[in-house]
Amino acid sequence: MRSVAVVGASLAGLWAARALREQGFDGRLTLIGAEPHRPYDRPPLSKEFLAGTMTEADLALEDAGEDLGAEWRLGVPAAGLTPRGSAGYAVTLGDGTSVAADGVVIATGATARSLPWNLPGVHTLRTLDDARALRADLVPGRRLVVVGAGFVGAEVAATAHSLGLDVTIVEIAPAPSARALGSRMGHALAGLHEDRGVRVLCGVAVRAVTGGDRVDGVLLDDGRSLPADVVLAGIGASPAVGWLAGSGVDLCGDSGDPGGSSGGSGGGVRCDAGGATNLPGVVAVGDCAAWYDPGLGRHHRVEHWTGAVRRPETAARTLLSGGAAEPGAPEPPYLWSDQYGLRVQFAGHAGPADEVTVEEGDVDARSFLAVYRRDGRATAVLAVDRVRPFGRWRRRIEPAGAR
Amino acid sequence: MIPACPLSALPRGEAVRLDTDPPIAVFHTEDGELYAVDDTCTHQDASLADGWLEGCEVECPLHASRFDLRTGQVDAPPAKLPVRTHGVVVEDGMVHVVPSELPPNLPPGLRTPGRA
Ligand SMILES: Cc1cc2nc3c(=O)[nH]c(=O)nc-3n(C[C@H](O)[C@H](O)[C@H](O)COP(=O)(O)OP(=O)(O)OC[C@H]3O[C@@H](n4cnc5c(N)ncnc54)[C@H](O)[C@@H]3O)c2cc1C
Ligand code: FES
Repeated sequence: MRSVAVVGASLAGLWAARALREQGFDGRLTLIGAEPHRPYDRPPLSKEFLAGTMTEADLALEDAGEDLGAEWRLGVPAAGLTPRGSAGYAVTLGDGTSVAADGVVIATGATARSLPWNLPGVHTLRTLDDARALRADLVPGRRLVVVGAGFVGAEVAATAHSLGLDVTIVEIAPAPSARALGSRMGHALAGLHEDRGVRVLCGVAVRAVTGGDRVDGVLLDDGRSLPADVVLAGIGASPAVGWLAGSGVDLCGDSGDPGGSSGGSGGGVRCDAGGATNLPGVVAVGDCAAWYDPGLGRHHRVEHWTGAVRRPETAARTLLSGGAAEPGAPEPPYLWSDQYGLRVQFAGHAGPADEVTVEEGDVDARSFLAVYRRDGRATAVLAVDRVRPFGRWRRRIEPAGAR
Repeated sequence: MIPACPLSALPRGEAVRLDTDPPIAVFHTEDGELYAVDDTCTHQDASLADGWLEGCEVECPLHASRFDLRTGQVDAPPAKLPVRTHGVVVEDGMVHVVPSELPPNLPPGLRTPGRA
């Protein structure tokens, strides 16, 4: 392999480029990124950066002076991927140019889903530019309505509360993250907000976002109307795979993730357990990729930071070995979230019928560790403010089908 | 010297966090060695005393960068900077920390003294 194009120059793309170099790839390396920015870290966008305690410079993912010997094509999206037989691939870019490569790493991540009402004051949060715009709108005293109580929505609610906004969360499910965590633990997470006077309205859908020059309210399906100066749509993200249309790369259906922990949007680039797609010399990593999980017996798209950092090493090995490298057993997905100064951590795959026991602490005291079990096997662990025991439990989660 | 805890209160494989500014973590490795480093990861806000101790390395509980407790060096990103190390002395069964005089490598957001 003499040349590799990494498409998507963010977390998974940067880690893939590093892994290729670490594994001895010394050919031509091109990173293509739609955003004009150097790779930056997204988790602080809803936390420290939004709160103003981290600067843009603090978000940089690269080391000072790090040089991967790569060509960077930033600020221009890939528009298509064309197989060229033994000549490899052509990645065509939005500006009409193209990059030829023997191998391709797909790392285009995901795009925030938006509400159908696009008024000034209505935001999504995925990129640095989104975060700048949201931050400018989070003025103390304003009323914020967060639509969707997933982790990003919950974090924005917590940060906005700390900035002095009046915050309401609207969630269509019976409890926050109910699908991923079950309703009991979802209610426990709702309590983090309610303790501080942030309202959490569950089991109700948004009928409309209202306003003229600017948003002024959110109308709910049950007839209630919430006044709002700012609205955040925290309704998940879809894999950024539109540019692969016509390339021949197989995608997963939308139902690829029933009951998983990823927030469940499914879809994504269909990969084997080593990150290989159906096209030779093309692998996919990060939020856009649905890897086959042999324990689960299905493809599963993981949308968390740690997956985007851990999998590129395997995918690079797959790419450089032409698929001959045996992937190791998959690690259980892991995510963390910070809300109101409390650290929430989750690892594993919780199923709707799993039995949940609080092993340590007290849910009402907002400091606890709960273990999910199926047939006596620990499938997942959730902790609030219990970092050390979580680390031990995380290592005891058994992959599905382990016995 | 800052008294940390009686040696008998810090079994092998365990760590204790001192409420200094910035906080310090003291580790007792499985091999019986004692090490002290700044408790806060150099990457973001995580307590290394809550991390995973293996040999004389601690893995950050948040993003898994590993720090060598002997030198403070970090193995791999996302952390970029080493963690500051301190001296440890045991006197009369009491573990004491001899704080470093070098500046700490605190993560962004915690760089203002007192916030740690
Ligand atoms: C606000 C926020 C908070 C988060 N907090 C946490 C957290 O606390 N814990 C946690 O575990 N995870 C968190 N996450 C998730 C984590 O950030 C993602 O899992 C991670 O960013 C995935 O990395 P990625 O490189 O796969 O995708 P992305 O980070 O989405 O990067 C993909 C890149 O590809 C670019 N791109 C897209 N299409 C194209 C194209 N056609 N051509 C070229 N480039 C393209 C995009 O512009 C983007 O720069 C958070 C995410 C957000 C948005
Ligand atoms: S906080 Fe320690 S590695 Fe990120």
